[in-house]
Amino acid sequence: MAAKKNPLSFEEALSRLDEIVRHLEKGDLPLGESLALYEEGTALIASCSKMLDEAEQKVVKLKKGPDRSPVELDFEGEN
Amino acid sequence: MDQALSVTELNSIVRNLLEGEPMLSNVCVRGELSNYKIYPSGHHYFTLKDSESSLRCVMFKSSALKLRFRPESGMGVTAWGRVAVFLRDGAYQLYCTQLMPEGTGDLQVAFEQLKARLEEEGLFDDAHKKPLPTIPGRIAIITSSAGAAVHDMIRILGRRWPMAKLLVMPVRVQGAEAPPEIAGAIRYANEFDVADLIITGRGGGSIEDLWAFNDERVARAIYASRIPVISAVGHEPDVTISDYVADRRASTPSNAAEIAVPDCREVAELLHAYEIRGSQAMRKKLAFLGERLENLKNKRVLSEPTAQIDLRRMELDHMRKLLAAAEDRELASCRERFVRLTAALDAMSPLRVLTRGYAIAADGEGRCVRSVEAIRPGDRLRLTLADGRADCLVENTQRSNINGSEKESAEL
Repeated sequence: MAAKKNPLSFEEALSRLDEIVRHLEKGDLPLGESLALYEEGTALIASCSKMLDEAEQKVVKLKKGPDRSPVELDFEGEN
Repeated sequence: MDQALSVTELNSIVRNLLEGEPMLSNVCVRGELSNYKIYPSGHHYFTLKDSESSLRCVMFKSSALKLRFRPESGMGVTAWGRVAVFLRDGAYQLYCTQLMPEGTGDLQVAFEQLKARLEEEGLFDDAHKKPLPTIPGRIAIITSSAGAAVHDMIRILGRRWPMAKLLVMPVRVQGAEAPPEIAGAIRYANEFDVADLIITGRGGGSIEDLWAFNDERVARAIYASRIPVISAVGHEPDVTISDYVADRRASTPSNAAEIAVPDCREVAELLHAYEIRGSQAMRKKLAFLGERLENLKNKRVLSEPTAQIDLRRMELDHMRKLLAAAEDRELASCRERFVRLTAALDAMSPLRVLTRGYAIAADGEGRCVRSVEAIRPGDRLRLTLADGRADCLVENTQRSNINGSEKESAEL
């Protein structure tokens, strides 16, 4: 499997999953490779599901800092 | 004139002249409606006139459907469109795209003019519109931090896709400062690449309230944005210049939040579907391989490994039998030949002759004596008879003539 230095984004994980499932459905891979792909897919599904389950919305207020670069502040909403 | 033009040719020349004139491709003209007719096709036909002149006009169904008032003959109006020649009649007319009753506010007129200009310039072209990211990780919300719109968006985005990080970039959304603030925030978001998607807009209000989103500076900032932009201004019927330029128009801020992100429940279903498809594919693969294995197991070479050897052994035995039979046959024929030859030999044997009373004479050296010439009286001869032999002394020899009479003789 690929080194997990850069974890896939959710979108990348989904498209990788799509790829994996298509490969598996074609059914022309040797058993060893199929099993490896299946394992990779299962791990991706697990990590995506975990992300979905544990996601907590993050809202910040973006302001221009003194050096013009963006600064994130708490957003409480002003009414 | 050497050669007369056909009517079609002449009208085509006039048409090309008129339609090549940029000023006529996007004109705004004021006049009074007369002879206003709506055809069953949905196209509107009318004449615009003033005290001295008149102009034939047509408004096609697609444009006529957008009219917000009911045009009637006698009404003072402003019309937008292009001038072109209707070849069949050799008449030029105004192909009207927008009609507004006289007394319409300056804002509306300005709107129509800006819209026509930016459209002409290609700012609304579909080809320029960028696809929205399927799952934006960071969403910049450029709107007022006060008001319901921002909270609606945060709530809906959080419910649908809590994984997206929301960056609220507070700006004023009405008043003279609003357009430069909105445009500035869009440019800033691009400059520092703060988000994968921008939503800009505001809640509903009067045409004056929404005016910042009809500002050319905002339109150009949206057009220049590398980050895809969703425009979400006011309520469903409000359409602003921003809506035309943006990569996607949302009817309301809430609608923008729905467009921006997928619903996590749908994505969970998608994941589940992948899971099922993957497992099914795997099961199918294993079943296929299992079946192949089973087929191989049932092959005789595997189920009875000695079968081949036994078969060969049987063949060998058979060959051996054939060979033995061949040998027997050969032997019998040899034996038969032997018997035959022996009989022949036997028939020719001198011993057989001897039994009939003949004798064989041999000299002292055992050589067979065939002629009296070979012996002299006094020689010793050995006679072989059928049942034994006798040693003899030659007393005399006598040569017989051809007919058997004695010719000469020698005596001891």
